[in-house]
Amino acid sequence: MAAGLRLEKTHKHPTLQLGGETLMLDLCGGVWLPEHRTLIVSDLHLEKGSSYAVRTGQFLPPYDTRETLACLHEAVTRHDPARVVALGDSFHDARGPERMEPGDRAMVAALQEGRDWVWIAGNHDAAVSEGVGGRYADALTLGGLILRHEPSAEPVSGEIAGHLHPCGKVAMRARAVRRRCFVTDGSRLVMPAFGAYAGGLNVRDRAIEGLFPNGFTAHLLGDGRVFTIGRAQLARD
Amino acid sequence: MVAPTGAGKTLAGFLPSLISLSERAASKASPKTTKGLHTLYVSPLKALAVDIARNLDAPIAQMALPVRVETRTGDTPAHKRTRQISRPPDILLTTPEQLALLIAHRDAAEFFSGLRCVILDELHALVTSKRGDLLSLALARLHRLSPDLAAIGLSATVREPDELRKYLVPQVQAPAPAMADLVTVQGGARADLRMLDLGRSLPISGHTAWHSMPAIYDLIREHRTTLVFVNTRLQAEYTFQELWQLNDDALPIAIHHGSLDAQQRRRVEAAMAEGQLRAIVCTATLDLGIDWGDVDLVVNVGAPKGASRIMQRIGRANHRMDEPSKAYLVPGNRFEMLECQAALDAVEEAAQDTPDARLGALDVLAQHVLGMACADAFDPLSLYEEIISASPYAGLTWESFEQVVDYVATGGYALRAYERFAKILRGPDGLWRVRDARTAQAYRMNVGTIVEAARVRVRLGRTLRSKPGTVLPKGGRVLGEIEDEFADTLTVGDTFLFAGETLRFEGLAEDEALVTRAPLGTDPAIPSYAGAKFPLSTFLAERVRAIIADPFEWDRLPTQIGEYLQQQRRRSVLPGERDLLVETFPRGKRHYLTAFPFEGRLAHQTLGMLLTRRLERDGLRPLGFAANDYGIAIWTTRDVSERAALDPDFIGDLFAVDMLGDDLEAWLDESAMMKRTFRQCAVIAGLIERHHPGLKKSGRQVTISTDLIYDVLRKHQPDHLLLRAARQDAATGLLDVRRLGMMLERIQGRIIHKALDRVSPLSVSVMLEIGRERVYGEGADEILAEAEAELLQEALS
Repeated sequence: MAAGLRLEKTHKHPTLQLGGETLMLDLCGGVWLPEHRTLIVSDLHLEKGSSYAVRTGQFLPPYDTRETLACLHEAVTRHDPARVVALGDSFHDARGPERMEPGDRAMVAALQEGRDWVWIAGNHDAAVSEGVGGRYADALTLGGLILRHEPSAEPVSGEIAGHLHPCGKVAMRARAVRRRCFVTDGSRLVMPAFGAYAGGLNVRDRAIEGLFPNGFTAHLLGDGRVFTIGRAQLARD
Repeated sequence: MVAPTGAGKTLAGFLPSLISLSERAASKASPKTTKGLHTLYVSPLKALAVDIARNLDAPIAQMALPVRVETRTGDTPAHKRTRQISRPPDILLTTPEQLALLIAHRDAAEFFSGLRCVILDELHALVTSKRGDLLSLALARLHRLSPDLAAIGLSATVREPDELRKYLVPQVQAPAPAMADLVTVQGGARADLRMLDLGRSLPISGHTAWHSMPAIYDLIREHRTTLVFVNTRLQAEYTFQELWQLNDDALPIAIHHGSLDAQQRRRVEAAMAEGQLRAIVCTATLDLGIDWGDVDLVVNVGAPKGASRIMQRIGRANHRMDEPSKAYLVPGNRFEMLECQAALDAVEEAAQDTPDARLGALDVLAQHVLGMACADAFDPLSLYEEIISASPYAGLTWESFEQVVDYVATGGYALRAYERFAKILRGPDGLWRVRDARTAQAYRMNVGTIVEAARVRVRLGRTLRSKPGTVLPKGGRVLGEIEDEFADTLTVGDTFLFAGETLRFEGLAEDEALVTRAPLGTDPAIPSYAGAKFPLSTFLAERVRAIIADPFEWDRLPTQIGEYLQQQRRRSVLPGERDLLVETFPRGKRHYLTAFPFEGRLAHQTLGMLLTRRLERDGLRPLGFAANDYGIAIWTTRDVSERAALDPDFIGDLFAVDMLGDDLEAWLDESAMMKRTFRQCAVIAGLIERHHPGLKKSGRQVTISTDLIYDVLRKHQPDHLLLRAARQDAATGLLDVRRLGMMLERIQGRIIHKALDRVSPLSVSVMLEIGRERVYGEGADEILAEAEAELLQEALS
């Protein structure tokens, strides 16, 4: 019987409780707060591709911004949120908004239409230029939750943060599967990066493990659903 | 010039140059025509160029010729390179990559203006790869810079030398392709070649040939110096380990393969040259190469895979034309026995595989176009004409060329995001020029077509005696490198064979895999012994099918093979030479389908993937498949025999040629192999720079994973040049789609289906591959679900 109860974990988008609020971990990599009708996405890193052309002269496919926005559009269409929170590092660098193609810019405006849109400041885009709509904030409180870009060093309850781009690796039968993931210990949650070109940091890295002295659970973004994996099953790099 | 090993073809290739150079020195003409680079020699191996320089020095000194010979490789110091440009030697020995750099030099036109002769050594080995494409483009440029240039190709014996003949001379748009003259050197002593017959049963599957190790050891003991060739690095590790365990006489036996630390390899080579070793276990890294003289026996462990390859290896023994080379073929299983027999027959008839004509790769062309802009401003039309004079690029359309130029300039994207950063710019005069010195420098730092898999160093960690179980990451010796992909699958505590030892993986630290020595007697857990990395050549595959189809042939085989095939004929059927045998049968709770196309593992893996998708669609619930060089096995939940009985066309439709259509495209684009192929193209074409001016970084630290780039590009511009290049590679390379297509054409209407009540002798061979290698039907989600279940288990217990 107990197994039957547990099976609800195999929902496409699992839910969990944090700071007294219900969170749905969306397969797209965002968090949906049904009671606040709020969608949170972190580390969009828009215009990362074009930043490489500026800095290194490498011409990566300049489609990462529209790909990221297309995924966001899919989630927004599904949930129809009243509020969208971009949890920092929304642009890869401060000049990112200037380089955005007109079509992508229009897409952002369309997504913002009729919603409260909050850009939380990140370390990559602390000084984002104007002209991309929405409002700016360093952090945001929602019910029992505090939303900020960088996880605080001190233990904290009800915090949702990004910044670290967590990835989980499962190695089994001579195969390794590496996927972006949510990490949580029940009192704080670190979100995966949402951007198409965003890299990842293994959850077993000290920078992430150090935030969870009492252990953690990771929720890996699979192809068809979100998988809940224990620390013991997660390999280091 | 096509000649067998040991015929002295290299020296012969230089003879015209030596004559002409001695005449030039004696003439009274102005220094302008008597100075400068006269002959260029290009070899696939740096070591070979150095070796040839040594061999040339002797006759030049003996004849007191006024000829200066120098080498130019990656190891040549900068001041010498600079001097070589201002005061060129008469003869320069170099590699394809160095030649690419030379023709991209600002002074290339002057440097090569007096070039009379270019000699391409081991041409048969070069033309089958992207390095051959790069070299063909350089050769086209040399022909342009020096119109009277004579190009000489030196090759081991090949069946159809015409591809090589076309490669050497500029192709013009004429009814027949232009061809170089052909000089064939016949003969050489016949090789003394045998199959090692143990007089007992061989296993049906596996490649390790463990049963033959004592016999191989005895052969080593009976000979002066033995080269033991194997097909993979892992096999080299295994064979070396086994031989050492038998080595009661403490014979000096060494191991040599590409993953070992370079210093260790140099030590082994030096010891070999000094005659200190009795045997070297080695991989293809020693296929070509340096003349070590004293080898009197070659042992080839495992399947020969190709007639030319085996001939080349045999030739490593006894580098003299008038004495027979002595060699043994050691099959690892019964099928390899068939393959060895086919190879023996081929060597007997001096028959060879034919190198495939290559379609010049677009990523290589992109690299070359940037290089040409670095050399000088170029006019697109005249560069195009030059490029299509290279035989691999003879079919290149103007449209494709324009796309390549556009790619080089701004990335070739429909979204014109990078116009203002363009790497090459078209001036008002219509000529293209490189943007700046930094772009040219980046080109020079990234030239070449050999993309190594990202690797990590393997370092022996130090254990603390005071604190057992603690491993210090510093101080230990570096043993070599392993591929990133392999390192990724290791978890702490895994044991694996490397550098001749069983090692325990302790973790990754700062891009190094930290290991300790495993206690004696530990069985290495990790490497599964994959088959040869070379696919079975079409030519040998045909011969193997012919042997199986003709019972009269079996008399020539060891008796156990004949008995095995007899059994197969009793229990099922033996396919004719051009047929495809498909068997279906139940076993345990599953149902199996096996097929035997004999087209090599790569083509079979692709076939397995496509068949699995079809069976899925037909509701038969396939669970996975395994493939080897000879056939595939697919297992399903539902009964295929039953379906085939209801629908007589079912099996025929399953193997219909149209599987190469939509199914292939869809699967190909998702596959990990395609992503790996794309990464190579992206690096060669310069989308990803391995090295940045002023920045040192390793492959592991490439900041944006090419997988992410691939996914985005595929979605937003599926016809992008680099995706086209990757698909072209997949057709012939990793996935061998072309060969699969030829097979499907061959077997239409010739499929023999046998529904059996149990597994047949033939099917056992491929069934044994199950569990030995990765199950390709398995998606990422299945792995994740299993890890998730472990957590649930924990929570419940």
